[in-house]
Amino acid sequence: MSETKTSITRRGALALAGATLGSGAVSGFPTLWAQNIKDVTLRQIGTGVSGLNPIAEQVKKDLGFNLQLTVSDTDAVAQRAATQARSFDIADIEYFSIKKVYPTGAVQPIDTRKIKLIDKIVPIFTTGRLTPDSPMGQGTSPFSVGFVESATAKSFAGQRTELMTLLPTIYNADTLGIRPDLIGRPIRNWKDLIDPAFKGKASILNIPGIGIMDAAMVCESAGIARYGDKGNMTQAEIDKTINFLIEQKRAGQFRAFWKSFDESVNLMASGEVVIQSMWSPAVAAVRSRGIACTYQPLEEGYRAWGSGLGIMRHVSGLQLDAAYEYLNWYLSGWAGAFLNRQGYYSAVLETAKANMSENEWGYWMEGKPATADILSPEGKVMEKAGAVRDGGSFMERMGKVVCWNSVMDEDRYMVRRWNEFIAA
Amino acid sequence: MPRLFPWLQTAPLLAVLLVFLLIPLAMLVIVSFYDYDSFSLIPDFVLTNYKEVFASSVTWRTYLKTLWFAGLTWLVTLGLGFWLAYFLAFVVQSPTWRMVLFVLTTVPFWTSNLIRMIAWVPFLGRNGILNNGLLAMGAINQPLEFLLFSDFAVILAFVHLYTLFMVVPVFNTMMRIDRRLLEAARDAGAGFWQALWCVILPLCKPGIGIGSIFVVVLVMGDFATVRLMSGGQSASVGLMISNQIGLMQYPAAAANAVVLLAMVLLLVSAMLRAIDIRKEL
Repeated sequence: MSETKTSITRRGALALAGATLGSGAVSGFPTLWAQNIKDVTLRQIGTGVSGLNPIAEQVKKDLGFNLQLTVSDTDAVAQRAATQARSFDIADIEYFSIKKVYPTGAVQPIDTRKIKLIDKIVPIFTTGRLTPDSPMGQGTSPFSVGFVESATAKSFAGQRTELMTLLPTIYNADTLGIRPDLIGRPIRNWKDLIDPAFKGKASILNIPGIGIMDAAMVCESAGIARYGDKGNMTQAEIDKTINFLIEQKRAGQFRAFWKSFDESVNLMASGEVVIQSMWSPAVAAVRSRGIACTYQPLEEGYRAWGSGLGIMRHVSGLQLDAAYEYLNWYLSGWAGAFLNRQGYYSAVLETAKANMSENEWGYWMEGKPATADILSPEGKVMEKAGAVRDGGSFMERMGKVVCWNSVMDEDRYMVRRWNEFIAA
Repeated sequence: MPRLFPWLQTAPLLAVLLVFLLIPLAMLVIVSFYDYDSFSLIPDFVLTNYKEVFASSVTWRTYLKTLWFAGLTWLVTLGLGFWLAYFLAFVVQSPTWRMVLFVLTTVPFWTSNLIRMIAWVPFLGRNGILNNGLLAMGAINQPLEFLLFSDFAVILAFVHLYTLFMVVPVFNTMMRIDRRLLEAARDAGAGFWQALWCVILPLCKPGIGIGSIFVVVLVMGDFATVRLMSGGQSASVGLMISNQIGLMQYPAAAANAVVLLAMVLLLVSAMLRAIDIRKEL
């Protein structure tokens, strides 16, 4: 392993240990010894969430080939994966996007027999439930679109098969972010987003598949609407939700709508907004500027999302081998630890654990107070010793997921109405 | 054979226009009649896309809003652009200074469009420089909210981005005005305003026409400025199209694009009727 070159030797040593201890299979090692492996380049399109240069650098170090990253916003990634499939080899996309993209034939199924740690993946992805008795969560759950019956199937299996649409890599439970210093009262429910006290200081994200779910959480919490299935609304339910949003917009409740991670950070950090839909690392980014920001757990539970790596249909031969090599590497620990340290969750927990210090694992995954300063992957202090993660442990957070980002049967209608809300 | 020569000479241009303009346009029109679901385009001939454009009150409002943005931006850039050009052409006497000042007007173009827009955010924000300055001076007690993420911000950014497109052609026509005409006007007893109205303005018409076409066409097709400066609160047709493309609703986007194209062509042809820009060329 060439990982011993990483800046912190303790981590390097742990990674080395993790790579050999992580599982029965020895993972992380390149098993491709072809001479021309160095010439292989995998072109990946994804969002800024996981399209991170340190990952590409580590791939080069560990596996020897190049990972070339293109980063765009959620909708654009799905669009380009579907329409310009040949320009990329790997699609790093969300499960609700794959529901749209997979049937276009842009992505080939992943043969799970070639994935060494397939049985170590968190059961949310393989059985649909975190623990055998936890609920499924409404919406486009990763499990519902995670498997197909055959290589030519255009619809999803809805049960575990040997063919996966995406290899899960990263997921999280989302809630509202607040500025505790400016908001002036405790926040407990999703409906607090539309409290008139925060008029002109609230924001919701403008990605229809995600925004509609936040809106549904708000409407349900405020008693405006009740849904049969939030993740698959009827036209009447969509109308009710969007009409309510338009009403709120006209009343001046929202300061702005954001579409990219950076926009949400700027809105919050500048104080333009005090309560808004937010993603976990965006909260961390605001905090790392020395500005108080809380990822507020709410009584109704979380809205979750997950994304994974898909292999484009045209990838074959040596490149396909490299792609599988890359997928296996992703689960082997380094990447998992890297993502966990930013507040996301990795698909295989034990290999990630082996790559994290006890303090890091305790803080990020177990909800324990930090015993020493928590550093970001770049080495910046994110949290002082004694801090506790908002929302607590992995089980507490992922166990309270009530819905997933969604593509509905009435998607076309929903998107049209959502556009009307934005234009209203 | 000689009769074929002109055809051969125009063939390259014709081929380029055919491949890169006419065929894509034809495809745009064809796709606008397609049906679609969330996964794919369905070749068909349906009018739903156009029905959705015209039946929704929101699309109408969006089109009106876009026109309103274009109109207001045009008025402001015309006013600003005309007087800037006038200053450069008639007030500044030294050709060196004229050149220096002219280059200065292009300074905003030395950075990208996006950066020029984003630069407004820390200036206009609730806790931005302007609000903090006004609060410190005691001119206001509450930060002015309308400065950012509002129509005001959108128009401001448009004016900032596009005034130069008005200044350059107007300046160009002004420089071509024979100075003796102005002397003659003065000798004939015309005052400042009369000379401006009866001599300079008519001779500047082609420049104003070209500038207006630039500004109106740019604003009508814009989506980034409207989204960033209004914080997603306002919509323009371009933004609506970009949203639809992002969500893979290509036929709906194509139908909107066809309608927008028709509208812009009508506007431009109206301007060309009012002003003969060929005098400029």
